[in-house]
Amino acid sequence: MIKIAQLSCGTEYSGVQKEIEKAAETFGAQMVMPDVNLDDIDEAYEKFGLSCASSSLKLMIARAMSLVEGKNEADAVFICTCFRCAEAAIARNEVRRLIQNNTDLPVVTYSFTEKTKASELFIRMEALTTVVARKSILAREKQEGLTLGIDSGSTTTKVALMENNDVIGTGWVKTGDILGCANDAIQEALEGTGYKLDDVDAIGTTGYGRITIGKDMGAKLIQEEISVNSKGAVYLAGAQKGEATVLDIGGMDNKVITVNNGIPDNFTMGGICAGASGRFLDMTSGRLGVDITELGPLAQQGNYRNAILNSYCIVFGIQDLVTSLAGGADKADAASAACYSVAEQVYEQQLQEIDVREPLIQVGGTSLIGGLVDAVQDILGGIDIIVPEYSQYIGAVGAAMLVSGLIDSDIDDSKRF
Amino acid sequence: MKVAIFPPNSMILADMIVRSGHEPLVVQKEMQKKVTSPELDAPPFNMTEEDPINGLKYAAIEVPSGVRGRMSLFGPIIEEAEAAIIMSEAPYGFGCVGCARSSELTVFSLRRKQIPILELEYPTTRDDTIEMVHKINTFLDTLENNNQEDMADD
Repeated sequence: MIKIAQLSCGTEYSGVQKEIEKAAETFGAQMVMPDVNLDDIDEAYEKFGLSCASSSLKLMIARAMSLVEGKNEADAVFICTCFRCAEAAIARNEVRRLIQNNTDLPVVTYSFTEKTKASELFIRMEALTTVVARKSILAREKQEGLTLGIDSGSTTTKVALMENNDVIGTGWVKTGDILGCANDAIQEALEGTGYKLDDVDAIGTTGYGRITIGKDMGAKLIQEEISVNSKGAVYLAGAQKGEATVLDIGGMDNKVITVNNGIPDNFTMGGICAGASGRFLDMTSGRLGVDITELGPLAQQGNYRNAILNSYCIVFGIQDLVTSLAGGADKADAASAACYSVAEQVYEQQLQEIDVREPLIQVGGTSLIGGLVDAVQDILGGIDIIVPEYSQYIGAVGAAMLVSGLIDSDIDDSKRF
Repeated sequence: MKVAIFPPNSMILADMIVRSGHEPLVVQKEMQKKVTSPELDAPPFNMTEEDPINGLKYAAIEVPSGVRGRMSLFGPIIEEAEAAIIMSEAPYGFGCVGCARSSELTVFSLRRKQIPILELEYPTTRDDTIEMVHKINTFLDTLENNNQEDMADD
């Protein structure tokens, strides 16, 4: 049983403790509270050096110190505090650094409200248990043999065929029938490579449809997208060592993942409204009468300040766009404003929740919209942003790369589910 | 009289109030209702999503859920209080609520009520401790007198 040390403040009074334990149990893990003596709390807290007024945060720090000093044992660490508590946010982040700098324990941090449900914690616990149970798989830094990665997303299904550390074929199909789309994307990826599906050494799947496709195709690796995408991103960006942030503004949801040596340690998912998603940019390009591939260059020619577009809703956002165009706004300015609006909302709703570390690796289909990448960079104060080659195939590349480590192993995830 | 205490889980203060013939308002009583409730199964305190929502009566929605959850326990105590003893700078072993913001809001809510309040600092010497006990007993005796005078007026 994987033991996850809980370093927290406020969970028992927010009514979320049960949800945390339920989520851990689902993935064969158990939450444990590191034991500390009452007398040791002040000593540990003073040694750490961060002044906190709340005694639960002092206890959280003392528990972290006991892990660092080897007085308590755990396989992973889950750090969580109340959302909107500034003191706790500082302590949470510094405790994360303490654990990461002094142990090799995987860490996930989270800020909760009373509305947090076990289902929202599942992907975090799954990612945490994956990192513990599959450390050797995630340590892989290059691809070997002939492998196929399938990323079954909510909007599109992506496939990457890799051979000896190179991407040799890709497939991109809109998601409909899960298995049918996967097959179409596979055929697209194999086309022109001279290979058939039977030639492939191993298959890895990720994304929403990973289990269905993985079981059907006998995939050796079936893994959640947080660890797979972050691995794919740092691999393609050449940032496998040190810290980085992965930003994926998707068609329906957004993910921001912070990584340390290629291993994810925190992430946020979702958004308040589709106004902060790739879908809004898709609708904007339709309204402007340009293909989505032309939206980025068009936005780069415009100035967002000349068109007002800042609604938190896709419907009102399009209304703003119509009003701006009717008021004589230039198409390029409107395209720029649409990109800026999405970037600003992603920043306000998600990036502020996370400790953004350079370089920021922007991935997913929207990373190909140059105007959006520029807007993110501008809002984050000129931060270094990398858009790697094949950035839209990040999950598929990550799955193909990771599964290459399983070619000769007995691990077969298609029999696990 | 019903006397609220801060920290609201201090057994020492509660005991002194009982010895003086008053009723201490302690958070343990509120918690007992929760942990002995057979319908709920959310250890350790059986607090659920509903509790921070109930705490909205005492703290706004932008206040963290942990503060609102605590206030759902402390709020009714504050409402019921006819007097209060507030001890500041107390160590964890004396009693604590774990959250500085919850402490600030609880103490402020007590101060805002028009009730007799004794505010003390946790003693660090033997002499200070003797003086503290004397102050608390005198305060509690005064309450008793006030209470009897009130009853006589009625």
